[in-house]
Amino acid sequence: MPDVIDADLVETILDMAHHDVLPRGACIEAMKIVQDRYGWICDRHLKQIADLLGMSLADIDGVATYYNLIFRQPVGENVIMLCDSVSCWVMGTDGVREKLCRKLGVKMGQTTEDGKFTLLPIVCLGHCDHAPAMLINKEIYGPVRPEDIDGIIEAHREKTS
Amino acid sequence: MSYTAKDPEKRPLLALVDQASPPDVAAYERGGGFRGLRRVLAGMSPAEVVEEVQKSKLRGRGGAGFNTGLKWSFVPKETQKQRKKYIVANGDEMEPGTFKDRMLVEGNPLQLIEGMIIAAYAIQATHGVIFLRGEYHLGLERLKIAVEQAKAAGFLGTKILGADFDFELIVHPSGGRYICGEETALITALEGRRANPRTKPPFPQVSGLWGLPTVVNNIETFSNVPHILANGIDWYLGLSACDDGGTKLYGISGRARRPGVYELPLGTRMGVLLEECAGGMQDGYKLRAFLPGGASTAFLGAEHADIVMDYATPEKAGSRLGTGLAILLDDRASPIGMIRNLEHFFAQESCGFCTPCRDGLPWVEKLLIEIDEGRGTPDDIARLEDAARLIGPMGRTFCAHAPGAIAPLASGLKLFREDFERLVAQGRPSEGASPAQGHAA
Repeated sequence: MPDVIDADLVETILDMAHHDVLPRGACIEAMKIVQDRYGWICDRHLKQIADLLGMSLADIDGVATYYNLIFRQPVGENVIMLCDSVSCWVMGTDGVREKLCRKLGVKMGQTTEDGKFTLLPIVCLGHCDHAPAMLINKEIYGPVRPEDIDGIIEAHREKTS
Repeated sequence: MSYTAKDPEKRPLLALVDQASPPDVAAYERGGGFRGLRRVLAGMSPAEVVEEVQKSKLRGRGGAGFNTGLKWSFVPKETQKQRKKYIVANGDEMEPGTFKDRMLVEGNPLQLIEGMIIAAYAIQATHGVIFLRGEYHLGLERLKIAVEQAKAAGFLGTKILGADFDFELIVHPSGGRYICGEETALITALEGRRANPRTKPPFPQVSGLWGLPTVVNNIETFSNVPHILANGIDWYLGLSACDDGGTKLYGISGRARRPGVYELPLGTRMGVLLEECAGGMQDGYKLRAFLPGGASTAFLGAEHADIVMDYATPEKAGSRLGTGLAILLDDRASPIGMIRNLEHFFAQESCGFCTPCRDGLPWVEKLLIEIDEGRGTPDDIARLEDAARLIGPMGRTFCAHAPGAIAPLASGLKLFREDFERLVAQGRPSEGASPAQGHAA
């Protein structure tokens, strides 16, 4: 991870800021594009975004920590988000969670030792007609059965090896 | 009778929806798209558009059910040149059990865009934002392509279709938080802040995004607008089976044979949705109760399994139509486990601004965990009732999050009273607390 944000991203952020009424209007999208490239938002990058948008560090950290999809800690190469909302609960997401934790050897919220996978709960993914649902990076899965987990995880492990 | 066949006359919203490959501008126009916008820009005044939408009796499809044209009419009557104004599409769709807007965005994004352009003309807005939930990656990609296509075809930008009307549209993917679905919280999020709701008044129509007049409507609501303008008020009123206009995207999730989204006349009966559209319950499961329109609507018991799903009837039965997508509780899942799951969600998603919601909901969740895991006492049931009474009423908190959170709890305490008492008496965890996986059908 570089000390400073790549120049092309800085340019995009300044462009978004310029087109908003106040530069801060771009802060959520700015954090998201930085995270897209580096995986998460480290303190140095957060400070740099704050400076670019004329915000204080405390202010922007308040925003960063408010949202589910902005990570202020390192995550694995693959982020698994397992829906824990009501339709998926009715359809058996608890069993999928147990299987995922066992397969990866982690608890919810943790990253595997090899840095390949982070396992997170997420609220309703709007895939309730295919419950239980889960999202791996940008790919949606459902209905997921515990016996499907081995295959799905191994496929992603190969993709990122 | 098929409930899913493409039929622009009876099911306009889904007629061109293709989730594998959404229509481009040419295909959309071939299917009747942009007829509404062309009619509007060929000679209707903004006031006439507002009036037509108001008379069509289109009501907000995000859950609150306010008359859309009436909402637009509260915007100060100034031209585009006199004041900057905003039109915002609420595509946050984080209400558990709701998956209709995703279908519209992925399957026919141009329908939404046309609805927003017409709305922009009606309130003379210059700028539009589509607020989309951050997890809808495919929807985001397709929306961005559709916006570019609409721009290239001259439906966005300056002098649209040669008229004296400019409109610029962007897409904002959310950082992810349920409360962003509340319209003032959504506006706050677009300003790059923690999305805490704001007090009303002033209403967004007068002072919204960056303090400027703003109309926020749900994605399904906007998607209705082109059809009203293209086909007229009488046609639109005729689509409905009740006093309000149009069709509704209904849905079923839970232990049904064919869960999904179905477009039917507004005011269709629940029995049609569950038995005919969703194919009934899976083998070995019986309907015990259901949340008619998302997590924040009160439970209705199986005796309401054929209730009319319009705006008025579920309210008379103590619940709400909400988003119109029902979540089923079957006889093999624990009602207490289900309520515990719901209250975990609401406690987690409280923005933390108001004490009853921030402190009360985690307390409710803890009591439910105790009862669900067999450690509850009769006093705990009384404490839950107190919490429902104290947190629930409108006005105890800033926004509708807490009342929504209490709806399934308060109704569940009445409907499943025996389950609560039996669990407390037997002192061991509820059965079906963690439903098993598997589609029987």
